[in-house]
Amino acid sequence: MRWIWIDRFEELVKGTSARAIKNVTLAEDHLHDHFPGFPVMPASLMLEGMAQTGGILLGDLHDFQHIVILAKVPKVTYHSWAVPGDTLVYDATLLDERPVGGTVSVRATVGSWLVAEAEIVFVHLDDNDPELGSIDQKNFVFSMKLMGVMEVGRAGSGKDPAGELTDETSPEIDNS
Amino acid sequence: MATNEEILTKIQEILADALGADEDEVSSSATLVGDLGAESIDFLDIVFNLEKVFDIKIKRGELFPENLAADGEGLAADGVVTEDGLAKLRERLPYANIDAFAADPQVENIQDLFTVDMLVKFVAAKQASGE
Repeated sequence: MRWIWIDRFEELVKGTSARAIKNVTLAEDHLHDHFPGFPVMPASLMLEGMAQTGGILLGDLHDFQHIVILAKVPKVTYHSWAVPGDTLVYDATLLDERPVGGTVSVRATVGSWLVAEAEIVFVHLDDNDPELGSIDQKNFVFSMKLMGVMEVGRAGSGKDPAGELTDETSPEIDNS
Repeated sequence: MATNEEILTKIQEILADALGADEDEVSSSATLVGDLGAESIDFLDIVFNLEKVFDIKIKRGELFPENLAADGEGLAADGVVTEDGLAKLRERLPYANIDAFAADPQVENIQDLFTVDMLVKFVAAKQASGE
């Protein structure tokens, strides 16, 4: 399994805000255990997606020169839950940034209702940092694999791949 | 200019948030690590919040110097902070209660120098200097 908890990075306003989405699906094995008969997106993985959204926002600010590590979640509140078929929208806002790290606030919504909100503190590390080896890499908010979500857009929208489809022949498709 | 009491109230809020402590636990004499359970990463969070709430700038290591007891700092011998070390601590942590620490200057007690009161004095001095 790849540790990517956002499906598509949708918007980035450098140094200000970022938006990503996560589609919840029954194809994800863990939903069958969490919980049997009551499949809901695990709150911890929602937080991971929120951290990945906010981590990219912070990392981008310094052109990804630093490794961004999730250091602390001072506040997180879950107001509701997300079920298969839902699209979670993660909206991250940069609260604070400085050479050693930064803080973001992130809201997770499905449609018009608020599912979760969190404040997340990150620290920066550099490749040559002596402490790097002692840190469990699971805490890394992003590696270059995660950065692949920034390139999802290269596949295009699928709306009109060969320029042959028109709205008349595919009236149901609207990925805009 | 905020009084020390006003500063204390705001610091109590910050620490209650950052450390998940009850505000009444955050007494003036409470130690951040021993009494309130702060870990190293919390210091970063606390510095962020102090800067934001009080509109001050805190340089890295200025409030919470790193590796104070590390080898090579020359503060201690055999796990006890030396007279020279105490003098250095007074310089590095001017708002900490070094006199109380000097009664039992074990290296492991250095972390007890970080108290709520130390933060209040630090912030008051920062505000007074206009930094």
